[in-house]
Amino acid sequence: MKQPEEIFEYLKNEFGEDQLSFESGDIGQPWILVPAALIRNVSKFLRDDSELRFNTLMCLSGVHYEKEEELGVAYHLHSTELKHTIALKVRVPIDEPNVPSVESIWKTADWHEREAWDLLGVKFDEHPNLKRILLPDDWEGHPLRKDYVQQEFYQGITTGE
Amino acid sequence: MKEIVHDTENRQMTINMGPQHPSTHGVLRLELDIDGEIVINVRPNIGYLHRCFEKHAEKMDDYSKIVPYTDRMDYVSAMNQEHGYVLAVERMLEIEVPERVEYIRVIMAEMQRVASHLLGIGTFGLDLGAFTPFLYLFTEREKILDIFERTSGARLLYNYFAIGGLIKDVHPDFKKDTAEFVKTFRPKIKELNDLLSTNRIFVQRTANVGVLPAKVALNYGASGPVLRGSGVKWDLRKNDPYSIYDRFDFDIPVGQGEMGTLGDCWDRYNVRVLELEQSLRIIEQALEDMPDEGDVTEAVPKRIRPKEGELYARTETPRGELGYYIISDKSGSPYRVKARAPSFVHLGILPAISKGALIADMVAIVGSIDIVLGEADR
Repeated sequence: MKQPEEIFEYLKNEFGEDQLSFESGDIGQPWILVPAALIRNVSKFLRDDSELRFNTLMCLSGVHYEKEEELGVAYHLHSTELKHTIALKVRVPIDEPNVPSVESIWKTADWHEREAWDLLGVKFDEHPNLKRILLPDDWEGHPLRKDYVQQEFYQGITTGE
Repeated sequence: MKEIVHDTENRQMTINMGPQHPSTHGVLRLELDIDGEIVINVRPNIGYLHRCFEKHAEKMDDYSKIVPYTDRMDYVSAMNQEHGYVLAVERMLEIEVPERVEYIRVIMAEMQRVASHLLGIGTFGLDLGAFTPFLYLFTEREKILDIFERTSGARLLYNYFAIGGLIKDVHPDFKKDTAEFVKTFRPKIKELNDLLSTNRIFVQRTANVGVLPAKVALNYGASGPVLRGSGVKWDLRKNDPYSIYDRFDFDIPVGQGEMGTLGDCWDRYNVRVLELEQSLRIIEQALEDMPDEGDVTEAVPKRIRPKEGELYARTETPRGELGYYIISDKSGSPYRVKARAPSFVHLGILPAISKGALIADMVAIVGSIDIVLGEADR
């Protein structure tokens, strides 16, 4: 069992000093900020390394950082074998929201990435079936963005009150 | 006129199961690619019950106003949903809740687990043609709902847990009623085993059907009885204890492949049956140790303003791991709330375990993962 700080040090040795950074708020849990291009390699390493063995992705959530004009994806991992957990985060500019998919590493990501695409518009590259999951296929926009404006009509029906 | 061409080579056909289908437990649509009676592929379609929980949560001006929304996610185990959410916010505020509150919460959560499993098991039997057990189990579930109603005023959507405590104290006869329920309910588990668990038709419909190997289950993020049915001993109440679960003595039942293959529908069903007894054990211990006096609203904060930060808090609901990922930006309303619902994750496993099954077995497979669409669609 490793603490998040130890996991960060361990990853730093593998992926280089200046690629990853360790961040935290005033309360709650810390996370490791990973460049989008590296997320798949880091994930694979986290899953397969014998000292980490993160065999399960608990949760994948999209976030819209309005002030920074960025979209974020938070990955919460845990290991049922070694019983430790870690959070990773990727941030990408909103006008080019491409993040490599981790579907091939953890199957949980399949539906969660579809949800993040549906509600926030994060584009997951190489996802086998990236289409809307909760909303109808022909819905416009991504509702969980902070600046979302609901379409007035959906198939001729008013959506307002 | 257009000529109709009969394609005799390609026998594959796509049909819809649902969204209005008695065994989809709500509004779920399964697109089935079939060859005769054999399912070649299945594509679950969800979203029919999407009510924008996460967007609503961001728009609320107070963290406590979100509690009733969590009730409506998994509406058959509302107490557990509230428990997960209030624990997450309490961790953000770094507040301790009184002993008495912890005990009442655990009793409520475990009673709710029993009620939810009774519904899950009952409807699972019902899907497979066993009508009688359903009625027996609902009679018992009703007794639990009566206790909840006397305390919170509601039968299904309670809004009973508050951040930092409870809305109000339990009703005066709560201890007596609950102890009475535990006593009368215990013999019924044996009755259920005689009536359903070992019933030959039921076993033939569920054993060796929808086998989920442990490795696949973990890779798909399964949790709760679905994961334990595959033989993985993993329960957040033991492995990542929250509230006061570390004080109680109980076991984690896992699937053994008794009737067929490890991880089949029967194993998942049986884990739920065995968990009934474990929940009763926790309730008994909690009733014994619960302090009689104490104000349950004393730690409820007047103003809820967490500092900047984020966390992912998870609890074990009857269906599995319920996680809340909350980001606070120091204002009165959360910047982002994401609910990780076990039903959502488990529905994603369906394609992996139903290839090659018969259409009739799809009913058993969907029933065995015990989904609630309110939670999957949020």
